Amino acid sequence: MKKLSLTVIGLYVLLLHAFSQNAAQDTVIYKSKPLALEEISLVSSYYSQDGNHSAVTGGIGDEHVVDLSNGLDLKFVGWDQSHNKHTITTSMGFDHHTSASSAYVSQTGASKTAGTRVYPALDWTIENEKGNSFGFGGYYSTEYNYQSVGLDFHFTKKLSTNAELSAKFSGFFDKVKMIYPSELIPKSTVIVSTSPTYYTTASGRRVSLSGGGSSYNTHEDAIPSSPRNTFTGSVSYAQIINTRLQASVMLDVVSQSGYLGLPFHRVYYKDGTDVVENLPSTRLKIPIGARLNYFLGDNVVVRSYFRYYQDDWGISSQTAELEIPIKISPFFSVSGFYRYYTQTASTYFGAYKTHTAADTYYSSNYSLSELTSNFMGAGMHIAPPKGIFDSHLNALDIRYGHYTQSTDLSSNVLSFDFTFK
Amino acid sequence: MKQKFPLFLTGAALILCAFSSCVQVKEYQKNRLNDADMVLSSRKVQKNELNFQTYREGASGANGGKTGGGCGCN
Repeated sequence: MKKLSLTVIGLYVLLLHAFSQNAAQDTVIYKSKPLALEEISLVSSYYSQDGNHSAVTGGIGDEHVVDLSNGLDLKFVGWDQSHNKHTITTSMGFDHHTSASSAYVSQTGASKTAGTRVYPALDWTIENEKGNSFGFGGYYSTEYNYQSVGLDFHFTKKLSTNAELSAKFSGFFDKVKMIYPSELIPKSTVIVSTSPTYYTTASGRRVSLSGGGSSYNTHEDAIPSSPRNTFTGSVSYAQIINTRLQASVMLDVVSQSGYLGLPFHRVYYKDGTDVVENLPSTRLKIPIGARLNYFLGDNVVVRSYFRYYQDDWGISSQTAELEIPIKISPFFSVSGFYRYYTQTASTYFGAYKTHTAADTYYSSNYSLSELTSNFMGAGMHIAPPKGIFDSHLNALDIRYGHYTQSTDLSSNVLSFDFTFK
Repeated sequence: MKQKFPLFLTGAALILCAFSSCVQVKEYQKNRLNDADMVLSSRKVQKNELNFQTYREGASGANGGKTGGGCGCN
């Protein structure tokens, strides 16, 4: 009886002890984290092209182009009091190109062949703890004959831990400077209005005359521009299939309006008369693409991409791309890739001296012609855990590709991507 | 010239077959799916390749790149 009582008392004491601990109060107060620079990315490419169907000379001229493109991205990340992640990405792009055909905007070949484009951009994305996000972006681009302002809104929703839906709506509001081939610039004319009076110079500049009496004040306006607007709605759906396979489907609907050609592109009629290309003022494009990535074995990845494209200018096309990265080690991989592309000709395309004055719309730009292309090359990706040579250079990608087109155009491109953390 | 090979139809069929066989994958099973080579988008290093393809071909879009506008290209 005594043993039983002692046992019961002992058990009771143990039971009390089990519930005697006070739960430790959480004294950690969540603090927001200010924006900090998390990543710097520099992408540079060298591009060289040759061909003999330049649109500047009506589909028969030299298409030699050299382009050096550079893009610098700075990514800032921070968290607010509501545990939302804020990501601000600032970008600056700088391209410099030389184009042999640009010399023949002037009939004598005296025009400039070099040009530079600068294009900054800004994106702000907010992501909650569930992984859903939305954001806004702005973009500006300027080069001698073209200016562009772009805006976009995008959002992403996790449908489950294995599926994600994204959408993006964007608009570009562009101005095309109306630089005509030298022989096609409007001749000097005098337009008399009540006030003021304007006339057009042989170089295409519009000059206004103001004042009156025995003297005039002159004010030279810039070369006029025409607007071009592009609106795009994009939707994509990504799905994990199993532990080695995932896929996505993407659909864009693109509507363009305004001046959709380029004013320095010539077209030669059958009788030898040259005119500026004339394309419709609207265009609707619908591309649909799909990706399928598979992790084969322990060291090989199969990346594939397919796209079907259709527009109301008569072009339909198909694209198929395959890339095989092979992991030499967990942080070093090499890859080979191949891309095949085929398209039908636009209703408005015609080769040199095939159009007539009876045609409403006409172009000899070979990017609108029937063509097939092959693009193949190799690349490598290096991303050691402590950085390359223990530096802030976190990852390096190098990629080379050779491109050939059935229109006798060929090109080579070499690209580098430096990522610093 | 008619398209000889329905490339997109082949690709679409593969994708549809894949989607129909989805299984639930837990977070700790995603080590291969989270690999840098498995990302369902173009690599950053491909950015300028996508641009020149837009300039030299009639099609664009559905790949995260340009769809039109923003530059003096079609």
